[in-house]
Amino acid sequence: MSKQQQHWEKTRMLLFITLAIWFVFSIGIFFFGAEMEASSIRPLGYPLSYYMTCQGSLGIFVILIFWFANRQEKIDEEFGYTEREDD
Amino acid sequence: MFKGKFIDNLPKIYGTYTGGFIVFIILMAIAEQAGMSAKLIGIFFVAFTVLIYALIGYLSRTMQTDAYYVAGRQVPTVFNGMATAADWMSGASFVAMAGGIYFKGYGYMALLVGWTGGYVLVASLLAPYLRKFGCYTVPDFIGTRYGGNMARLSAVIVLTVASFTYVTAQINATGTIASVALDIPFEIAVYVGLASILMCSMLGGMRAVTWTQVAQYIVLIIAYLLPVFWISNKMGAGVFPHLMLADEVARIAELEAQFGLGDVKNSAADLKQVPKGLSGITKAHAEVNTTPWKFISLAVCMMAGTASLPHVMMRYFTTPSVKAARRSVGWSLFFIFLLYSSAPMLATLSKLSLMDPNLATGIIGKSISEVQAIDWYQNWNQANLMFVSDFNGNGTLELNEFFMGGKAVVLATPEIAGLPYVISGLVAAGGMAAAMSTADGLVLAISNALSHDIYYKMINPKAETAKRLIVARILLVLIGFAGATIAALEIQGILGSVIWAFDFAMSGLFFPLVLGVWWKRANAQGAVAGMLGGLIAGSAYLIAVRSGYPGFWGVTQLTFGIVGSLVSLVLMVVVSLMTKAPDAATQRMVDEVRIPSGKAILGKQH
Repeated sequence: MSKQQQHWEKTRMLLFITLAIWFVFSIGIFFFGAEMEASSIRPLGYPLSYYMTCQGSLGIFVILIFWFANRQEKIDEEFGYTEREDD
Repeated sequence: MFKGKFIDNLPKIYGTYTGGFIVFIILMAIAEQAGMSAKLIGIFFVAFTVLIYALIGYLSRTMQTDAYYVAGRQVPTVFNGMATAADWMSGASFVAMAGGIYFKGYGYMALLVGWTGGYVLVASLLAPYLRKFGCYTVPDFIGTRYGGNMARLSAVIVLTVASFTYVTAQINATGTIASVALDIPFEIAVYVGLASILMCSMLGGMRAVTWTQVAQYIVLIIAYLLPVFWISNKMGAGVFPHLMLADEVARIAELEAQFGLGDVKNSAADLKQVPKGLSGITKAHAEVNTTPWKFISLAVCMMAGTASLPHVMMRYFTTPSVKAARRSVGWSLFFIFLLYSSAPMLATLSKLSLMDPNLATGIIGKSISEVQAIDWYQNWNQANLMFVSDFNGNGTLELNEFFMGGKAVVLATPEIAGLPYVISGLVAAGGMAAAMSTADGLVLAISNALSHDIYYKMINPKAETAKRLIVARILLVLIGFAGATIAALEIQGILGSVIWAFDFAMSGLFFPLVLGVWWKRANAQGAVAGMLGGLIAGSAYLIAVRSGYPGFWGVTQLTFGIVGSLVSLVLMVVVSLMTKAPDAATQRMVDEVRIPSGKAILGKQH
């Protein structure tokens, strides 16, 4: 496999992981809205369903994007595809 | 000061600007104490901020194509994040969102999840690759990746339909705020709003819009957060509302039970007396009040729409590198998060201050005549945003006898909670900034697509730079006027048309954009079929549902993008596989796009 193919292989893997986490917190958990509401897990005292819609999922997305950007930069570095600063 | 070292000086420049704005707020507060009238304070706030934006727009004027179309590709990561956040958060986010949460609760909050989750798709699927491509506009990417004028034209059509639906709502919002703050009729205020929007974008294109959007973000976030923190502290709810309102949320549930929420239904005859657009509290504040599918389908549409709206995507064309584009998406979402996570808190504080009889501001349970004598009630009743009526004739205001407009949650809460008027002036300036910044981005997205993709790439490829930029500006003014004219007719509500814009964009552009990067086999025929087929299917479904067709799979007029984008995906895959694979050069181009280093596909000036 060429260098470029390996790079794309890893990039795709990272995409799948990122989208899987995204799916859980944007779609997956909201199948269980009623269960979340009844749950005894109450972050900061809010009902879980309420908390996830106003802060939880939103905050996770912010962290997820920065995590994704860092991982992708590492992959690019590994294969020598990092941009020159003066580009 | 705006030459050479401008980029290095950004933190200092915007730091000074923020400090200056805070000094201005303090001066206004002193003026209020000295007896300046509320109306004059409102005029000062809106006029002063709009003049600053216009000044930035003038200082950023340019005659170079890459500065006009992509701000010279030198906007640093964090500042591009702020500009995107302003570009993104429209009048609807600023003025209507907290109101939506106030009235509709959990079901409405699907929009919060959708409008933030979409950025994960932007960061991972699209933004870095389109930045590497080096395009000026979104149709520029489609046209070059798939080849041929038909693909380019189809992309321009989808872009125009989606963005134009969106922009009329924004010009409408600028008009509403300008008419209230400056006290002029709405039909005139719409054009005042338009003039302010054009002043920011006409001379400097994307460069001017970028630097005004950063300035607008600073105004709008101060204007949104300051009242939330102030009210929370004043009420004794906690110094940091986001982390400390759990007791208040529980207290609202208690009061809802006490006041018998949902026990008494208003009769149709009673509801007839309520002015149009106002509603009462009918849904519990924090209860799960919708089916999973309703919640998820709305969130999915908003997420895919986010990843297909060209005015957002083109902000990531302005960063210095692919790496910066990726990080910039993270910063954008962080800056958006600051406002979105505050909207539910504002809704909570607003509801509690109206409902709780233990608070001085609570009105439910008081006598009707007492409420009707309150100053702020009279003001907002006059503005057609508040209404009470003694339906059951017992002389006391019940929960089902109080009605409010969605906008009032943001606009009136500071006054209800007893904050000085200077805060209300600040909120008006913030709303104006939010609506203007989004309108600027949208008008520019449309006119850039028409001037670059239609005029330069298809009609007159030999046009000189000067001529191209003049055409771009003429189109900008024309689009603006068309938008303002339609806005002045007030056909649709603000929020409804914003949601439609997402569905249109998703129907026509989501899969053609994503597959352009992630599926090498996708070809021009497939893309054209996908874009046009998706747009037509989505629009047809919308029209059908609006004329009485019950629809299927629980897809409503707010989520018709699901139908449109599925048709788009199927058509695109089937037609691509039935026709010839893209040639070797195109395949190499896709390979090139997938690695960050090396030259952009399209040159610096093209």
